Amino acid sequence: MITAERKPLEELIEYIKPFKRILLLGCNECVTVCAAGGRKEVGLLASGLQMAMLKAGNNIEIRQHTLERQCDPEYVEELVPMIDSADAVMSMACGCGVQQIAMRFKDKPVFPAVNTSFMGASERQGVWAERCQGCGNCLLGITGGICPIARCAKQLMNGPCGGSTGGNCEISEDVDCAWQLIWDRLKALGLQDMYLENVPAKDWRSGGGSGPRKIIREDLAE
Amino acid sequence: MENFEPVIVAFCCHYCAYTAADMAGSQRLPYPPNVKIVQVPCSGKVDALHIVTAFEKGADGVYVAGCLEGDCHFKNGNEKAARRVDYVKKYLEEIGIESERLEMVNMSAGMGHRFAQVATEITEKIRNLGPSPVKTAIAQ
Repeated sequence: MITAERKPLEELIEYIKPFKRILLLGCNECVTVCAAGGRKEVGLLASGLQMAMLKAGNNIEIRQHTLERQCDPEYVEELVPMIDSADAVMSMACGCGVQQIAMRFKDKPVFPAVNTSFMGASERQGVWAERCQGCGNCLLGITGGICPIARCAKQLMNGPCGGSTGGNCEISEDVDCAWQLIWDRLKALGLQDMYLENVPAKDWRSGGGSGPRKIIREDLAE
Repeated sequence: MENFEPVIVAFCCHYCAYTAADMAGSQRLPYPPNVKIVQVPCSGKVDALHIVTAFEKGADGVYVAGCLEGDCHFKNGNEKAARRVDYVKKYLEEIGIESERLEMVNMSAGMGHRFAQVATEITEKIRNLGPSPVKTAIAQ
């Protein structure tokens, strides 16, 4: 999922200060799962903003709405009947959702309420960790299902660096050495030969190196 | 300020604090009428949104009362509630509401005395803090 964290209230207040009627949007997808921008977080933020603004002598009107998926135009259309009654929109979706709103409603200022962080997986309740950087050419098939791009601080392709100590990365004791994990897993699977495969320097064109990426499925695209 | 009577919302777990409140009543123990009790099936049921909404609707103080540590009827709802209260305290500071206005307390069903004592202490603390800044802003 795409993970995110709410921005500090102070920053959000600065955004909405000049406006009276705010449409606060959540998204039912990734940001709901990582507890950053779902229906509940929208309620919590609306209440917090309302109180903080009242304290500053500003009585604002906040309308809350959570879309099924904010990165999809068909769901964004739901907002048409309510957009006119808002002076500005604040979105708790990831950056994709915020941009989708900005693109659809060109005359409305749109502000992000969260910092979109990374593509991650849930390690346990309340903890999410980076697992994928969307490099566009997946290597997991030869690295025992552990990604050296997302999980090695240096994004090394052919084994660990000299900073790998006792299974930890040199940047922090809290970070596993991805290559130690890869080796341990390949060994456990009896696939050590894969470790010997020489991976050439990565071609980053598929990973954003040649500008914004797009996927076009000819059979689906209209 | 002199006539200020704080409004305090107490989210009380059915298995401990709510019964303790009953016990306080049976024992004829007085406690301030400022405390408005909301019965919940477990303190772990109390969401951040419930707490924040209480403040938004005019509460001067809020406390969540759960079972003694290790004694939760649902295993660990009271521990979850305590973590949630800590989280909301930080959020309240961001909003500009003193975090002392929110507390997590623990007691057993038999602690009628403790219920009355906690209700009195928290009411006095909030009385000294004065009306919630949100309430003051609404009044102005």
